[in-house]
Amino acid sequence: MSVLLAFTAASLFAIGTYLVLQRKLSRVIIGLGLMSHGANVLLITSGRRGLAPLIGSGDPGDFADPLPQALALTAIVISFGVTGLLLALAYRSWLLSEDDEIADDAEDRAVADHLHHLHQDDEVDDAAALTPACEDTDPGHVASEQVPPRAPEAPR
Amino acid sequence: MNDLLAVPVVLPLLGAAVSILVGRSRRAQRLVGIAVLSTLVGVAIAILVAVDRDGTIASDPGGWGAPLGIVLVADRLSALMLVVASAMLLLVLLYAIGQPGAERNHVGFQSVYLVLAAGVSAAFLTGDLFNLFVAIEMMLTASYVLITLGGKLEQVRAGMTYVVISLLASMLFLAALAFTYASTGTVNLAALAEAIPQLPAGTRTALAALFLLVFGIKAALFPLHFWLPDAYPTAPSPVTAIFAGLLTKVGVYAIFRTQTLLFRGDLPRSLFFVIAGATMLVGVLGAIAQQDVRRILSFNIIGQIGYMIAGLALFTPLGLAAVIISLVHHIVVKTGLFLAGGLIDHHGGSSRLSQVGGMVRTAPVIAILFGIPALALAGIPPLSGFVSKFALLDALTEERAWWMLGIGLLVGLLTLFSMVKIWLGVFWAPPTEDLDGVPYPEGVEPAAAARPGAPLLMTVPTAVLVAAVVVIGVFGGPIFGLSERAAADLLDPTAYLLASGAGR
Repeated sequence: MSVLLAFTAASLFAIGTYLVLQRKLSRVIIGLGLMSHGANVLLITSGRRGLAPLIGSGDPGDFADPLPQALALTAIVISFGVTGLLLALAYRSWLLSEDDEIADDAEDRAVADHLHHLHQDDEVDDAAALTPACEDTDPGHVASEQVPPRAPEAPR
Repeated sequence: MNDLLAVPVVLPLLGAAVSILVGRSRRAQRLVGIAVLSTLVGVAIAILVAVDRDGTIASDPGGWGAPLGIVLVADRLSALMLVVASAMLLLVLLYAIGQPGAERNHVGFQSVYLVLAAGVSAAFLTGDLFNLFVAIEMMLTASYVLITLGGKLEQVRAGMTYVVISLLASMLFLAALAFTYASTGTVNLAALAEAIPQLPAGTRTALAALFLLVFGIKAALFPLHFWLPDAYPTAPSPVTAIFAGLLTKVGVYAIFRTQTLLFRGDLPRSLFFVIAGATMLVGVLGAIAQQDVRRILSFNIIGQIGYMIAGLALFTPLGLAAVIISLVHHIVVKTGLFLAGGLIDHHGGSSRLSQVGGMVRTAPVIAILFGIPALALAGIPPLSGFVSKFALLDALTEERAWWMLGIGLLVGLLTLFSMVKIWLGVFWAPPTEDLDGVPYPEGVEPAAAARPGAPLLMTVPTAVLVAAVVVIGVFGGPIFGLSERAAADLLDPTAYLLASGAGR
């Protein structure tokens, strides 16, 4: 494996990792795309270098190893399909929430707040412990006076 | 016989195509789905019988020899997994047809479900690391669609996390494949089993750790488990049931195949023990903290996977046999529990413990269908969990792994506690909130359940699974005998290498 290609794969992975750690969906998708390019570059470099396989004739040792190229092609097709699905999901998410950001898990927040409240006041009711902590809380939800608005239930 | 091996992969894919073509008629789609999966169960049983009688079989459906072409191999472990998986796929399909919602509202459900079936079968049968990647991708891509079926905001949010995590794992898998090919020049499992022991120790350990990381994400091992309890509960209940039963087990199967065949002893036993113990504890403690039936069950998946890794760490005949029977037990019991959870949801209109209640009176059948697998999950005799847990604890005693034994017993007890929590909340105590989450005032009797009773097509598949849980427990002998023979195959892979290496 040449140093240049190794460096290319490494930087693709590094940039991809940075982008995947962002909260915006579009950046996460681009990051995943870059990482899959990095993996494909790695795959290509794992075989022997040489002439283009299947074209012309000559000593088999002169030709590049075709197997990793076939593997990389398969991997490219798979990541193409999955990226399409991800973009569709991101669009759906944008249609529903008009935002590109990944929200927190409402149930996780609920459990964390529940435990927090238990420490403060042992008599806090289960429902009262659910606070509107996450972005996807429905602002129009009006509850009775005693109960603060709660995070929406997982839709069925 | 050998040509039969391609059927479990090809048939569901053809079925998926036909299912799209007849998409206008829901009845024809259902017929195709049920026919394909019933055939799959038959073929899987035929393969298991043949493999158990004659030993490992292999075939090269592409017509190319072993190191280059596609090889399908079935040893006792993969044949057994194939039988259990195809039976689950059929039962859950029936349940999905019976349930209002998931299957009825979506033209694509049946064909995507069949693609999932093909992916799962291919993952169990493949004799080639790259095809394992393709099989897992096939299965996961189908699961991305199923988990976001309905396109509600909560599903899209949870599904997005699931897709991104799975994709990251796939990228790492590809990178691991590239490193493997660069160092050995092959991706065929049998050829790798001969090439990898000749590599330097450092390379071997790095590859072993990389593959453990990749499949650890799929199998939801600690500390890579966080996506699972977030993603699974949002999907429709039959989808969650099949995910809980099969998807993580494919990860466990892949860990098994790679760590026993390729990287034997390259990672220290203590590493597996630490992962196993932490996975068990985190899973079960997470389950106790939850307030929702599906989330409790999702966390329990993680806890149970810890047991399997503990058995793998032992690497003794008894330890591996214990893992194989617990794989079977866990697939059956977990699918059954999630189907029963779906019944609770259907009957009460919610799966939050505070919003449903008193079901032991209003729906005694559901109480039985939930109670039996719940006890089996905790390992109460004479149910299936007892056999698998007893075998594992026996194996741990044999190897004097006392710490692991202690954690295993403690986690068993806590699992029982988490099941009792569901039992109290759903079946005994009255609901404390209405379905919008507003608490009932003092002294007000809650209204009747949203949709009392359940369709027969939902109840019967659940009942079949519950019966299977009892049968595996009561007649555990033959199944454990099969697990012991499968474990012997894993410990001595000569037959596997001969069958697949010769390309036959």
